[in-house]
Amino acid sequence: MSGDHASAPVAARVRTLEARLIEAGLITDDAVDRVLAAFLDRADPHNGARIVARAWTDADFGERVLADGTAALLELGFDTKGRDGKGYRLKVVRNTPERHNVVVCTLCSCYPVSLLGPSPGWYKSLAYRSRVVREPRAVLAEFGLELPGEVDITVWDSSAETRYLVIPVRPPDTEHLDEAALADLVTRDGLIGVAAV
Amino acid sequence: MTEARPRSETRPAPGGEPRFAPGDRVRVRVGDPGHHTRRPRYVRGQRGVIVESQGPWPLADESAQGLDPRSEVVYTVGFAARDLWGSGAHTVTVDLWESYLLPAEPETEEGDRER
Repeated sequence: MSGDHASAPVAARVRTLEARLIEAGLITDDAVDRVLAAFLDRADPHNGARIVARAWTDADFGERVLADGTAALLELGFDTKGRDGKGYRLKVVRNTPERHNVVVCTLCSCYPVSLLGPSPGWYKSLAYRSRVVREPRAVLAEFGLELPGEVDITVWDSSAETRYLVIPVRPPDTEHLDEAALADLVTRDGLIGVAAV
Repeated sequence: MTEARPRSETRPAPGGEPRFAPGDRVRVRVGDPGHHTRRPRYVRGQRGVIVESQGPWPLADESAQGLDPRSEVVYTVGFAARDLWGSGAHTVTVDLWESYLLPAEPETEEGDRER
């Protein structure tokens, strides 16, 4: 799913830490699995894709979700408040033929997991985090997204309690598709802003 | 001189009105705190423009230290790539708590030294 997690140094550290905590009787394997399952429950990029498809097909919703993503999300049954009641603020940004948006967390790996699914390994890599704020056009080209020179780029660094979601430009010749079919076109990478859709 | 400065000039009142409005020019405080912060090094000392207010959020610098955190307004602040890196035509926005920011003018380091 996300590449090379298992071999990353941090993964080895986490495995060791988990083993020690279990040995010490502080946690159990089952408890860790339960927390992880709850964290990832229903976390799927299809959730973000549904938001995009609704915004493409319902202009009023498209306005509302840009003005207040957190509130508009509730209309689709998503709540950004976690079980601890803290949650995050959702900011939705929309690509146009003139402006492209791309999301990063330069400090760590902040990411709206419930809407986009588990974040990919590259999103957490030092290379992506350090380079996309500096040379986004080159980084996007490496993802296969060649933007015309006249397209302005905004890079959103999620350094606080807002999480970002990108609405891609609706592909041409999709007028005949309904909302569900449109949602199927939208990829996780499109929601982060490193793919066209 | 520091004592003579009204508190509101250096620290926001808890739950008070946002100090900055969209379009305001701001400067990110320099200095390296000895604790966790969400003030990325690449924008410290840099000038940017307030894009929008995100409302009050618990200050991560304090919650990371196990303190009962103050709530402060967080702002989306836009920076020109040319200012940050010396080249580039794009914009980078960073989400910054109010106490990370100073008005871009006047140019004084006084506020920076306080934190």
